[in-house]
Amino acid sequence: MSIALRGTNTTISVRRRLKERGLDGVTLLVLPGVIFVLALFVYPFLYGLFLSFKPLKGGTLANYVTFFSQPFLYDTIWTTLVIAVPVTILNVVLSIPVALRVRRMKWQRLLTTILVIPITLGTVLIADGLLTYLGPAGWLNRILLGLGLTNSPVRLIHNYWGVMLSLVISGFPFTFLLTLSYVTGIDPSLENAGAMLGARARTRFARILLPLLLPGLTITLALSFVQAFSVFPSAILLGEPSGSTRVISIAAYTAAFEQFDYSMASAIAMIMAAVQILIVVALLAMRGVFFRGPVSTGKG
Amino acid sequence: MPSAPHDFRELRLEAISREFGQRHALRGVTLSVARGEFVALLGPSGCGKSTALNCIAGLLQLSGGAIWLDNTRIDELGPEERGFGMVFQNYALFPHMTVRRNVGFGLTTQRRSKAEITRRVDEALGVVRLEQHTDKLPGQLSGGQQQRVAIARAIVVEPPLMLMDEPLSNLDAKLRLEMRAEIRRIHAMLGCSTIYVTHDQEEALSLADRILVLIEGQMRQLGTPAELYSQPATPDVAEFMGYRNLLESTATPADCGVMVSVAGARLRGTPQGTKAAEGRVVVAIRPEDLVPVPDGPIAATVEIAEYHGRDFYAVLRGDDGATLYCRSPVRLSAGESLRLDARPDRVLVFTP
Amino acid sequence: MRRHLGEQLWAFAVWALVVFFVVNLLAMIATVLVNSFGTHWFNTWFPPAYTTQWYTMAWDEFGLPSILLVTVEAVAAVVVLSGLIGVPAAYALARRDFPGKRVVLLLFLLPLIVPPITYGIPLATVLYQAHLAGAIWGVILANLVPTVPFVVLIMIPFVEQIDPRIEAAAHVFGAGVGRLFFQVLVPLLTPGILAALILVLVRTIAMFELTFFTAGPDSQTLVVALYYAVFAAGVRPAQSIDAMAVIYMVSTLVWLLIALRFVNPTQIVTRARQ
Repeated sequence: MSIALRGTNTTISVRRRLKERGLDGVTLLVLPGVIFVLALFVYPFLYGLFLSFKPLKGGTLANYVTFFSQPFLYDTIWTTLVIAVPVTILNVVLSIPVALRVRRMKWQRLLTTILVIPITLGTVLIADGLLTYLGPAGWLNRILLGLGLTNSPVRLIHNYWGVMLSLVISGFPFTFLLTLSYVTGIDPSLENAGAMLGARARTRFARILLPLLLPGLTITLALSFVQAFSVFPSAILLGEPSGSTRVISIAAYTAAFEQFDYSMASAIAMIMAAVQILIVVALLAMRGVFFRGPVSTGKG
Repeated sequence: MPSAPHDFRELRLEAISREFGQRHALRGVTLSVARGEFVALLGPSGCGKSTALNCIAGLLQLSGGAIWLDNTRIDELGPEERGFGMVFQNYALFPHMTVRRNVGFGLTTQRRSKAEITRRVDEALGVVRLEQHTDKLPGQLSGGQQQRVAIARAIVVEPPLMLMDEPLSNLDAKLRLEMRAEIRRIHAMLGCSTIYVTHDQEEALSLADRILVLIEGQMRQLGTPAELYSQPATPDVAEFMGYRNLLESTATPADCGVMVSVAGARLRGTPQGTKAAEGRVVVAIRPEDLVPVPDGPIAATVEIAEYHGRDFYAVLRGDDGATLYCRSPVRLSAGESLRLDARPDRVLVFTP
Repeated sequence: MRRHLGEQLWAFAVWALVVFFVVNLLAMIATVLVNSFGTHWFNTWFPPAYTTQWYTMAWDEFGLPSILLVTVEAVAAVVVLSGLIGVPAAYALARRDFPGKRVVLLLFLLPLIVPPITYGIPLATVLYQAHLAGAIWGVILANLVPTVPFVVLIMIPFVEQIDPRIEAAAHVFGAGVGRLFFQVLVPLLTPGILAALILVLVRTIAMFELTFFTAGPDSQTLVVALYYAVFAAGVRPAQSIDAMAVIYMVSTLVWLLIALRFVNPTQIVTRARQ
């Protein structure tokens, strides 16, 4: 603290002014976390962006040009979309009726617990499990053959379908829990009011529930899509990494760890991020069109 | 708006009951509501009145008993098929629809023509005096306005029966009085049979033709407001209707009526019910009926005196330690000793 | 509400769907379990005989002891560090309103929304340049990226739940920062901290991509080792791979069970909601 009287006043008032704006010793506790995220998330991202413009050979945009001129590379975007989009839509669409039915049941907690298991186990274990379970000698095929639904084992592994199924198993619980949280946020008396006014279940869903759910559903769509688009170990273990399930994350990985071309790998990672951002922004823009106010009627 | 709704004569509840697991929320409630009548379901929180209303609406299934609309049994029908109007406690206005679309919702479900819907919605909004706000969203309206929209939405379908679930409890005191008058006006205008749930005895007394008091899921008394006010049937109904002096006492028969001891003094009281009162009884006296008089039989000291403008409200302690409540225009102050009396017909004696 | 035939059929269909999902899920897990204990299993519903030889084999061949040790070390470090960095940050964010707070919150939200693959490769590149990757510290740092924000965002509501007037009372009665922290805040926050750290533990054990990109041959966690084993499936017998998978499953599910005593299953997933 300053000794001169005038100096003391200034120092105190500076500290007090800072405190009033919310900056004091306690606020500094945020700093280590912030620095950490800046250093290990923001910086690598920016570094990667920067690096993508400094290819091993060629001009600034050479990596991107290469990517978009080689079908082996740019097809990965399409391949990943072909996997991610149907999986996302399927997960979200299936989660709605299940969430609507489950929200008033006492089984809710048990079901939620069971559904958390695939998320806890992770994609690698699910891939390993499915390799046996969906295999030609696995139980699923045995049941299908036994029931007479097919004549020979259905090919579900090392192809598109295996990857799809693994993404549904690992993705549906996440989507479901998000949807459930939005569904339970809607005031139940709104449906009661609709019923009293003569609306059957389907009308209540279409005219009351769905419009109020749509803003939350677009967020669920966005988050689920981002997760599905990042498919990686399943595509390798359960799919055809050099064929029909060569997803964009594999391309990035190959560039980084097999070709040691970190610049190209960063470029591919940027492209991957860009596609995700594009679709998420499009979804969020659609959300702006829907009613976004409170979904429970308050008292005035 | 034509006030000849559905052609029905009465709604009958026959010993309806509803259980939630082990808990009996409603037991053996029987009631007939005639066309045009305004019946209030009154009781403390948790007494089952909202449960009863939800059963009548079809939002809850009965565990026992039946509900009849004239000769049709309706308790098997879903709420969508009963065609009643309902005003919810939190209004339940669809937040994503304008006032016009909210009010017109019931007509849209009936697939009426656009012209008819517009006409009837305008009429309903006129009745509740909300014509200027047709294109607003509920979030842009005040509590009282939302309440009016909820009422309009219910009356526009011209239901045979209106169900109201504590519609005024979320409003502030001044608004509550205004809206109470509105509800009375609308009922007089349209003559729609109404079942109104409330825990506020003042509301029930001022609005209803008849009141059904429910306590712990069971009917305690069914009568006109006057009957409930001056002749409650049981001590708990009396307590609910504002008889704050509830004392255990012993009764001895006397020439006309019965003598009971209150706070160490002997008072003449009136037995309630058909049984002659003798032995252990419960005595109920309204605070307004306990009057300070210079030579009254009860001696008591004022512990707390509250100034209420037109009168004083006092908590007193009698000579035998009993707590008494008194409301009087006479000035009262803490520490004062005085004597009280009560008219025999205002001293209600209940035999348990 | 009474339901009509159409609605009852629909309810049944939805339940059938849920049951189908759960049954398949449990069957898949059971397959791995059964396979790891079977002597051999080719064309029958169940293996003809059972053995524990695959576990012994997996233990030796995959070098499980050292892998488990690495996993324990890495996960423990991640848990402790994310707690040390995240809890104070959450406290500051819950108690102070400062200019730029919304930016900081966004900063903590991003690593949870952006999937690990997308930032994992640039992150690995940077860590390799810093000569940290390829060893356990690279793994730890990489895994801290999603877990620090996770702890922060989970703890903020817990801190907000504590009435600030309790802290004011402590100050009025003479407590300095240290005493306030250790005798008032930490005891009140313990359930929240425990919940957050157990969740971090569960998520880090299962975190594949970040470890995969930053681990060296000696710093693989169990899930990454499992991946490599499955990847090279032709080389090793499937049963021993499944034995390893079972060990991995147990390691995650045991912590999940413990976590569920403290938290609602939803919190494991919906870490951040707008």
